[in-house]
Amino acid sequence: MRYLPLTPEDRADMLGVIGAGSIDELFVDVPAVARRSEPVDLPHHAGEIEVERELLRLSRRNRSAAEGPFFVGAGAYRHHVPATVDHIIQRSEFLTSYTPYQPEIAQGTLQVLFEFQSQVAALTGMDVANASLYDGSTATAEAVMMAQRVTRKNKAVLSGGVHPQYVGAVETLAHAAGVATLRLPAAIDAEDAVIAAIDQDTACVVVQTPNVFGTATDVTKIAEAAHAAGALLIVVTTEAVSYGLLKSPGAMGADIAVAEGQSIGNGLNFGGPYVGLFACKEKFVRQAPGRLCGETVDADGKRGFVLTLSTREQHIRRDKATSNICTNSGLCALAFSIHMSLLGEQGLRQLASLNHQKALATAKALAAIPGVEILTPRFFNEFAVRVPKDAAEVVETLAAHGVIAGVPYSRLEPGAGLDDVLLVAATETTLDTDITFFAKLLAGAVQ
Amino acid sequence: MSMNNVGRPTRPEAANEEAEGFTSLSGGRGLLQDEPLIFELGGWKKTGVDLPDAVPADSALAGLTRDDAIGLPGLSEPEAVRHYVRLSQKNHAIDLALYPLGSCTMKHNPRLNEKVARLPGLSDIHPLQPQSTVQGAIELMDRLAHWLKTLTGMPAVALSPKAGAHGELCGLLAIRAAHEAAGNGHRKTVLAPTSAHGTNPATAAFCGYTVVEIAQTDDGRVDLADLEAKLGDHVAAIMVTNPNTCGLFERDVVEIARLTHAAGAYFYCDGANFNAIVGRVRPGDLGVDAMHINLHKTFSTPHGGGGPGAGPVVLSEALAPFAPTPWVVHDDGGYRLVEEAEGVAAQAFGRMSAFHGQMGMYVRAYAYMLSHGADGLRQVAEDAVLNANYVKARLSDLMSPAFPEGPCMHEALFDDAWLEGTGVTTLDFAKAMIDEGFHPMTMYFPLVVHGAMLIEPTETESKAELDRFVDALRLLAQAAEAGEVARFKNAPHLAPLKRLDETLAARKPKLKWKPVAPAPLAAE
Repeated sequence: MRYLPLTPEDRADMLGVIGAGSIDELFVDVPAVARRSEPVDLPHHAGEIEVERELLRLSRRNRSAAEGPFFVGAGAYRHHVPATVDHIIQRSEFLTSYTPYQPEIAQGTLQVLFEFQSQVAALTGMDVANASLYDGSTATAEAVMMAQRVTRKNKAVLSGGVHPQYVGAVETLAHAAGVATLRLPAAIDAEDAVIAAIDQDTACVVVQTPNVFGTATDVTKIAEAAHAAGALLIVVTTEAVSYGLLKSPGAMGADIAVAEGQSIGNGLNFGGPYVGLFACKEKFVRQAPGRLCGETVDADGKRGFVLTLSTREQHIRRDKATSNICTNSGLCALAFSIHMSLLGEQGLRQLASLNHQKALATAKALAAIPGVEILTPRFFNEFAVRVPKDAAEVVETLAAHGVIAGVPYSRLEPGAGLDDVLLVAATETTLDTDITFFAKLLAGAVQ
Repeated sequence: MSMNNVGRPTRPEAANEEAEGFTSLSGGRGLLQDEPLIFELGGWKKTGVDLPDAVPADSALAGLTRDDAIGLPGLSEPEAVRHYVRLSQKNHAIDLALYPLGSCTMKHNPRLNEKVARLPGLSDIHPLQPQSTVQGAIELMDRLAHWLKTLTGMPAVALSPKAGAHGELCGLLAIRAAHEAAGNGHRKTVLAPTSAHGTNPATAAFCGYTVVEIAQTDDGRVDLADLEAKLGDHVAAIMVTNPNTCGLFERDVVEIARLTHAAGAYFYCDGANFNAIVGRVRPGDLGVDAMHINLHKTFSTPHGGGGPGAGPVVLSEALAPFAPTPWVVHDDGGYRLVEEAEGVAAQAFGRMSAFHGQMGMYVRAYAYMLSHGADGLRQVAEDAVLNANYVKARLSDLMSPAFPEGPCMHEALFDDAWLEGTGVTTLDFAKAMIDEGFHPMTMYFPLVVHGAMLIEPTETESKAELDRFVDALRLLAQAAEAGEVARFKNAPHLAPLKRLDETLAARKPKLKWKPVAPAPLAAE
């Protein structure tokens, strides 16, 4: 057994030191009814060769994004990740370390978290950021809970442009915590409806930009309306690359900015692990969930970093904690931070522009198809298309010909009556030939 | 003569000063350099990527584009590599030495798992691409589910929770949904032992429950009499960690389950310590209704400096219908994900997050399971328990085990009674371990033991490494006895940094880099 170093002789010696006659004596506290003498009904151990073969078999039953034209977004995006990122995150000292509970021997992780927090605060235009949450959707749910703590009000207004699976995560947690949610009907451009839904009972308003239909919105007016009613504005972003081109949530008046950080440094991974970005105004920091890393000095006065303000956390405050979270997405945050450092301000702006141009080119090609209509008025790298057929059927048809065309909106929200709406995303990995082939196939499929 | 030996031979003079008293001129420490922040290293116009020029074309974003400077430094590729490699060298890691954090389970992370998780067919697939194009991924989820259900003896599993604490939330939400469906929504209390992980009460409170503590017996287990007194038709669930945070198996677990069920409540088991019993005990045989499994602990997915984790939850027959979406189903047509609360999943309580959970962790955990198999996983539990009892046995004459009677499970718990009068605290002792090359054990937890020191060696430590560790602790213990207080008070002496001022960090929070005026961006 290659992962288990003890030999039979070691085991016998050790039992002797313990003073036990057999390993079973160490399990004496287990009730007899639950002691198993036989192994469970599963295969016996396998060597590297066999394990690799099995995982390769499973992987080959999937069509990876790199295999051809690929236009799927809706909360997760295919970007090119520099080779340096994966190399660094596989270094033993990052990969196999734990939560930095002993700061003197965890400065690597801690400095990275401090740099990550600084990058996220800059990107979102907010005062402070935490050291990451599980993903964008759970970060959004946590932001809603935080707004309840800050405002002591119990209603969350959710824009009709918020990703339906994010809404699902928010509603699940809100229901448990007794926060009422008012989810507005799906809408490509929802600004006025959101403002109309705000009242004095509103704890927070949750808007997404660019939203699930790709619509980019200046949320300044929504922020003003929310603040006038004593509510917080939570701005959600699922495509972090958009920060390189669009006004930041902070500049538009957000109180809390949350985002999915997968786009920078992290692969698609069929939905996880991802990295939740969470940033807020400084005055709310003690109500924030999750980990915070802070700067301090050591006994010699040298700069160092530690986890801080942990009196908010479950291991101290237990049932009074700001969240039950006891971890973060450390390694994914590291990947984000490395990629962000490699990009720098210049690289991020250029990457964002590239994404926008690819999406414009894709939209132009699709708009030329009779019967196909671009629905999104202002978009970054993703937009909604109306097709003259069931969008899910169109996607299956094109998949059979090698083009993964996007996400039918009905997959995210079956009952919304938008079965003819397709969400299409393009990134810097989209080739001009991909766009041409997509447009050609789509033209054929919708005839 | 090899090239390495060209040059003047050296012969060191006998050192006439303590290394401690020597400082370098630059503040560096041999190969360990002071490493600036990226904000101090980088340039505002520098980048480490080559991207094609974006064609300056029309924009669909009139009036929405950002006109301010973001304030992000860039590094060239060599600068970035050096920055992060240097930082990495300031971290302790399981690949460097034993990492005996009790309740955290730091074991070897096989690189095979990393290799297979990076197969493009598993890593470069989108959660929302057509299900017909990801049949292998859904099959993998189904197989992982089968292994988890078989190992726990439970009929259902929800894979999507993203960490152990998220799994707790999932389990309690299923319990709550079951109560509500049965018209028992008035049950608003959750019972938890005083030794519970802090996440347990925090999770229960998050779900709107009132938490009531159950007392502990002198031998470190749930007090049955107190449990019975506190059960009633207001109780929704109990949350018990088994093996518990004292490193002990709850002997009365079957009776706990019986009493709980008789009172109409559900039994939530915190499965953080499943590695101690995997393959030998099935929680389903104990009467458990819901239990999360930290894939990173029991099934060795890497901790990565604090995550990502993964916390699938196994569920009993009674709770299975309420499991959150997505569900994996399969029939003659292949594998399918049910993503909405409808059809077979009509009673699902909702969803834990967007998409399907931590696929990257599923792959690693599944590879680990296949590598060990039914026989190996049983050996995992046995070796984890053997190693912990060996450490306990070898240290019990010098240190004071919190529960000396009987075996422990996968972790050995000591208190600070043996340090009384030495002037050395648990914290001092732990920091001194750093100087000896080991990560400290878990300190001051569980809260029910004064000055607790919780040591979990795990099954992937050799006897030789355990002996090295135990010998170092014995020397430290003897030094404490001998009154060498300075060795402890100022520890660590040999880490990249000396003891850090955590009070200052909390009093004057400095949570991000701030530019010194004028901002470098403006200057450039």
